[in-house]
Amino acid sequence: MSRPRWFAVRQDLSPSRRRLLGVCAFLLPLLLWSIVSYVPFIWHPNIKVTDAGDVSWMRPGLQFDRHEFAKEVAAAQSAGTRPPAGIRANPIYLPAPHDVGRALYTAFTTKPVLKGDLWLHESLAMSLKTIFWGFLISSAVGVPLGILCGAFVAASRLSEPFVDFVRYMPAPAFGALMVAVFGIHLEPKVAIIVIGTFFQQVLVVANTVRKVDGGLIEAAQTLGAKRSQLVLRVLLPASLPDLYNDLRILLGWAWTYLIVAEVVGVSSGITFFINQQAKYRNFDNVYAAILIIGFIGLATDQILAFFGQRFFAWKNPRSSRLRAFITRLFSRRDQPLPEGQP
Amino acid sequence: MSHSTSEPLPDYRTQDPAVAARFAKIKERPVVLEIDRLGRQFPGEHGPVTALRDISLQIHRREFVCVIGPSGCGKSTLIRIIAGLDDPTSGRMLVDGKETSGPCPERGMVFQGYTLFPWLTVKRNVMFGLEMDGMSSAQAESEARQWIDLVGLRKFAENYPHQLSGGMKQRVAIARALAPNPRVLLMDEPFGALDAQTRAQMQSHLLEIWRNVDVTILFITHDLDEAILLADRIVVLKAHPGEIQEIIEVPVPRPRSLAQLQSPEFQATRRRLDELIHPKVHAPSDHLPIVRLTQIGDDVE
Repeated sequence: MSRPRWFAVRQDLSPSRRRLLGVCAFLLPLLLWSIVSYVPFIWHPNIKVTDAGDVSWMRPGLQFDRHEFAKEVAAAQSAGTRPPAGIRANPIYLPAPHDVGRALYTAFTTKPVLKGDLWLHESLAMSLKTIFWGFLISSAVGVPLGILCGAFVAASRLSEPFVDFVRYMPAPAFGALMVAVFGIHLEPKVAIIVIGTFFQQVLVVANTVRKVDGGLIEAAQTLGAKRSQLVLRVLLPASLPDLYNDLRILLGWAWTYLIVAEVVGVSSGITFFINQQAKYRNFDNVYAAILIIGFIGLATDQILAFFGQRFFAWKNPRSSRLRAFITRLFSRRDQPLPEGQP
Repeated sequence: MSHSTSEPLPDYRTQDPAVAARFAKIKERPVVLEIDRLGRQFPGEHGPVTALRDISLQIHRREFVCVIGPSGCGKSTLIRIIAGLDDPTSGRMLVDGKETSGPCPERGMVFQGYTLFPWLTVKRNVMFGLEMDGMSSAQAESEARQWIDLVGLRKFAENYPHQLSGGMKQRVAIARALAPNPRVLLMDEPFGALDAQTRAQMQSHLLEIWRNVDVTILFITHDLDEAILLADRIVVLKAHPGEIQEIIEVPVPRPRSLAQLQSPEFQATRRRLDELIHPKVHAPSDHLPIVRLTQIGDDVE
């Protein structure tokens, strides 16, 4: 038998290949970054001064454009003074992987530069708090409303046109208004996240509930289910796995709105940290903070996905290969009917 | 058609004395489901379209009635109206002499697409109707177990629907519909999605279940043999508009089995149904315009 192809249209890959590609998905960008950072002739458009020579305005550690630097060197040589010396370097906004790695490692142990600035973990905690409250408030109203809209056409007609209208207004546009209403601290930031997610949430949840197979409703009706039972015992459980996934995706959106929300009023949280570090030109710290957001997002999503698989095993029959095999073994031969009365 | 060679088939209306006695007995039983001049119109582009017109039918207790007809005759509309999932535009429907409308567990339904609740185990699926009725979950569970035993799925009570084969799913659907003790069990082409072998198995399962349970069955199918095998009476509908063309009392004696497929009564009924459902086409040149596309020398056949 020939080995299966790597690229076959819509064919699944073996688990080992899937894992390998998953690792490569992260390794390849890292490799690209490393090449650009460590191989001098790829890019390195600047010169980092190591010795200023007799050029009075140069300082060791500063960076200059390669061609400008070459002109200075030529000028110094023709003037007979000591020329400056330097090494090729990438712009300061592209630190090398090991710099970012070190920054990641030291991120939580580095003292804030100014008194009154927050430690990284304090900034993160603040961001998480903003997201948590924003998403919780949005979901507490948005999910029930969405379910109502999905279940009852009247509810949908009464709310969805307006929701659809507000959805097109960018959440940051409400920034100044929210500051006027809620002040400058946590509240307006939470409000921005609520505005950003709530309206999408209602529409997405309503659509998911509407996708429930109408046959299930009819079956439940013929079994005597009344209106509230149809919603609570059929629509809700039938759409729960998809609702769970919707919320996972919407949580990602909430993170997007976080960055906007945090510059509203008093700048705070991880965004403030990033802006501060960029001001001090500590770009390795900036990258570290962005990566940390990525890690948190990925980890939350993976954890939620894991629990989703556990909660909704009936939706994802792929859960256990052993069980699937046993089931298939039994279902191949139908059981004979026993004799006798019920 | 083994009988076409020898003696001619008997008339499909000729009944063996035992069969005739059985029909006389059925007619003495009370009427469970009565449909009285039922009609259904749908709004169409050029005025209303009549899907069903003046359907009147009386079904007696523990009778097994099949409805067949060409596609578009409105047989699905009819069973949906009886189930209460669609409203008639005229006429009325009585269960045990009382006029009724809307979905109700006294008229249980088995759908072609199983429609099991995928998030519930087999047992919880069967318990669903009982719980809707307000039964305590302990009592519902013990009753559900009896129905699961009846359809022979005791081992699978804790399995989820996606772990079952098509035939098993439909058995769960039957148990679920029977659990709230319906007066009438409505079945809308329940075996249509099954392969031939499973379907034959399910037909005998159904007859077995029906023998053990006090329930009246109205069964929709487009399979003529299935109708003859299962039914006491067959209601033949015609299309455009959907009307009752004939109600046939099946002369095949019970208990039924697939072995009767070649019996003269069965064949006679089958021929009559064929005449009704597939009337003789007037034009003889009804062949498909087939052009030979195989290569010369291709001698498979």
